[in-house]
Amino acid sequence: MTDPALALTDLRFAWPGRDGFALRCPDFALGQGETVLLLGESGSGKSTLLSLICGIVAAGPGQVRIGGTDLGALRAGARDRFRAEGIGVIFQQFNLLPYASVADNILLPLRFAPQRRARAAKGGCVMAEVQRLCAAIGLPDDIVTRPAGRLSVGQQQRVAVVRALIGQPPLIVADEPTSALDAATQDAFLALLFGQLRAAGAALLMVSHDERLAPRFDRTVHLRDIVTTPRVAA
Amino acid sequence: MILRLATRSLMARALTVGLTVLAIALSVALFLGIEKVRTGARASFADTISGTDLIVGARSGSVQLLLYSVFRIGNATNNVTWDSYQDIAARPEVDWIVPISLGDSHRQFRVMGTTPAFFDRYKYRGDRDLVIGEGAGLNDLYDAVIGADVAQALGYAVGDAIVVSHGVASFTDHDDQPFRVAGIVEKTGTPVDRTVIVSLEAIEAIHVDWQQGGVALGGPAGPATPVETIRAMDLTPSAITAALVGVDQRTQIFGLQRWVNDYSQEPLLAVLPGVALQELWQIVGVAETALVAVSGMVVVTALLGMMAMILSSLNERRREMAIWRAMGARPATILSLLVLEAVVMAALGAILGFMLLYAGLWIAQPLFDAAFGLWLPIAAPHAQEFAVLGAVVLAAAVASLVPALRAYRLSLADGMMVKI
Repeated sequence: MTDPALALTDLRFAWPGRDGFALRCPDFALGQGETVLLLGESGSGKSTLLSLICGIVAAGPGQVRIGGTDLGALRAGARDRFRAEGIGVIFQQFNLLPYASVADNILLPLRFAPQRRARAAKGGCVMAEVQRLCAAIGLPDDIVTRPAGRLSVGQQQRVAVVRALIGQPPLIVADEPTSALDAATQDAFLALLFGQLRAAGAALLMVSHDERLAPRFDRTVHLRDIVTTPRVAA
Repeated sequence: MILRLATRSLMARALTVGLTVLAIALSVALFLGIEKVRTGARASFADTISGTDLIVGARSGSVQLLLYSVFRIGNATNNVTWDSYQDIAARPEVDWIVPISLGDSHRQFRVMGTTPAFFDRYKYRGDRDLVIGEGAGLNDLYDAVIGADVAQALGYAVGDAIVVSHGVASFTDHDDQPFRVAGIVEKTGTPVDRTVIVSLEAIEAIHVDWQQGGVALGGPAGPATPVETIRAMDLTPSAITAALVGVDQRTQIFGLQRWVNDYSQEPLLAVLPGVALQELWQIVGVAETALVAVSGMVVVTALLGMMAMILSSLNERRREMAIWRAMGARPATILSLLVLEAVVMAALGAILGFMLLYAGLWIAQPLFDAAFGLWLPIAAPHAQEFAVLGAVVLAAAVASLVPALRAYRLSLADGMMVKI
């Protein structure tokens, strides 16, 4: 049996010195290639959970396993490398370094992930893969040399998708990537995202508060069902 | 790629980064400029006289003697009698001796009476001789040889008549006995450039009707002594201001110096030019050190400004740091990114400062020469200057560790999701 793309087991975490905000997640799993919409209001611990899943902050007791690897068993540097290799991240907005070119933004995670870079270069050179993904998601050919700060929000979000998908990481984590887009653009964006996701065979964990997105996903989970955020004494 | 991104990031903040780079550049230019002027002044002073073993004058201080006799700065406290001069000249150790007589001026330039031997014996910058570029040396009683700066500043050519003024900054002219520009000495970068050289006899001649520093009876008010009469007179001076002495063998220098200093007929002082210069540097050294320290503090201030600039930009760049972290950058990468930015800024500042320095030198060179007689050489930069630039860049890297460590801690605490 293959390991799930993501498995959280008895996860507990408390931010040091932040009003005693704590988070518990007894059990959650995301299968290989599965797409899950995680619904939750702001303040419900979404950002903390995503930081834990990405290994940017280390969990306390409990386990975060990505593709069978326990993040807690890795040292900080190895966790950062593991994130670069295995997880594509899309933020709500302000995804890109505004001063860097689109190409540099897309290639940034590969700088820290040699295996992912090798996978991206398989079909030829890395830039060919960048061009292919940009074209597939409907970005114009000449966009790669443009500074990211000059793109429209919709274009920036699509560049973020290309950056998350390049080198085929097995897990994509997205934090309300459509909230900055209008309804029409949202739909087109999701269609392109899912199209590329299936082509790459990656699993998707998308956090949102918008229930209307649910039909596109394999599964919808309410954050409150898997996570509790008890206030502990500061 | 990281260097490219760091450079792009700096370019995106062009105004603040530009001002910071400019501050560093100016401080570096100031620091190196002061060093250049300092070493230039020393070299210029040291190059002014060579080949002279002793300078003899009335007893005062060795630095004072050096300053008035060679650099025409300040005045002699007393004269040396012609008899004493003859006694020194007669010493067996003395190879050559050149008398100099100061005290008069022409416009802003000093007039120096001497013998034609001055042109053979006076050496500068190693072992260079004075070269009379135009005209000839002192042949007639009323011939004057002028320095290159005198000729340039006053627009004189060979054959022009000039009138010497009595004393320095005086309103009384020796206009009854005008001189003729006989020759112009090529530029030397020494006080000779700003000197009007006449014969020792000429100094005596123009003072024939003068007594006790004033015009005697029968002076300009009455009939002046006719020039023909003066030419026929014995114009051997009764006193001179100082003398430059060369010895036969260098081992005799100290013996002769002791003899002059112990001379019983008149209180005299003999100094070695090099030793007197060393004394001068000891006096000037304190001020020099202070100047270097102040310019060093200016560099430190510029680097502190850069540190403050990076620190204040950190808050607005937390989002950017979060992106780097999410893409897999380690906190150490964030730290090195900020250090790299500081190093790039400091390196740009250092290079720009260097360019400013040389541009400044190019502009200031003639001005310094005209104002202070100080010729600042524009030479290829030496290793020491590169070491200073390296030290500035290194110091910038160290200074940037403060904001970089803060960014490091922020990136650990913020996690991936910075809300803005």
